[in-house]
Amino acid sequence: MPDFEVVELGPADHPEPGETAPDFTRPLVTDEFWEDRTLSELVDERDGRTILVFTPMTGSFLAKYVWDELAERDWDERADRVVGVTASTPYGVKRFLADNDSHFTFFSDPGNEVAASYGIDHDLDGMTGISEPRVAFFALDADCTVEGAWIATDWPEFPDYDDLEDELGLV
Amino acid sequence: MSETAEPPITFYRLQGCPYCERVTRLLNEYDLSYRSRFVEPMHSERNVVKRVAGVRTVPVVVDENTGVTMAESANIVDYLESTYGEGDRPDAAAASAGGDD
Repeated sequence: MPDFEVVELGPADHPEPGETAPDFTRPLVTDEFWEDRTLSELVDERDGRTILVFTPMTGSFLAKYVWDELAERDWDERADRVVGVTASTPYGVKRFLADNDSHFTFFSDPGNEVAASYGIDHDLDGMTGISEPRVAFFALDADCTVEGAWIATDWPEFPDYDDLEDELGLV
Repeated sequence: MSETAEPPITFYRLQGCPYCERVTRLLNEYDLSYRSRFVEPMHSERNVVKRVAGVRTVPVVVDENTGVTMAESANIVDYLESTYGEGDRPDAAAASAGGDD
């Protein structure tokens, strides 16, 4: 047994498979610039399945572990189908992309309202006023209907990535 | 399939840059639809602007209505006024004297 206690976040009240994912507009950050984009338009443009990946702020080891693993699993080769959401500013996200030579794109949501609308927001103890997303994954079809989801219930908690790819239909 | 058309004007800008804000004011004054692409303060991190406009300075405006790509705020202001303005200010003011905009 590890000599520490994992914080239990408990179950989240998140959109379930079959339900429509909440739509939102936020700056979408690429390795070159950021501009306001709307999720439903992005999904429509891609004409198919899109994976939304929520992580804690870039700079945290939690975000780094997740995005390193996704790169390791070549999710970045599917980058046009994968989009991150985090509570970092556009500047913070862009620095993270540069530091990790990453080609993923992220919605920047410092107010964390997007995570709240997905029922997966988490207020940080000791960082008053800062809320960030839990680690969470949603597979969306072309109409933004949720097809598969995984949401952390502990903090920290990471998915079994083989099972996750199965759940999200990436196998 | 997309429900909303892409805005014809793309505006490369830097947060808080007064030269960019000058262009913002005019775009709004002429009620032009545009999308903002924010870049970073360091010129070395503005490859996209270099690629699009051949320079690393902002503001840059790309107008698909006319095929014009333009840098330098003074040039952009002249361009927007001559393309979308209603002549010089006094005339424009007189012409709209009875209107509500």
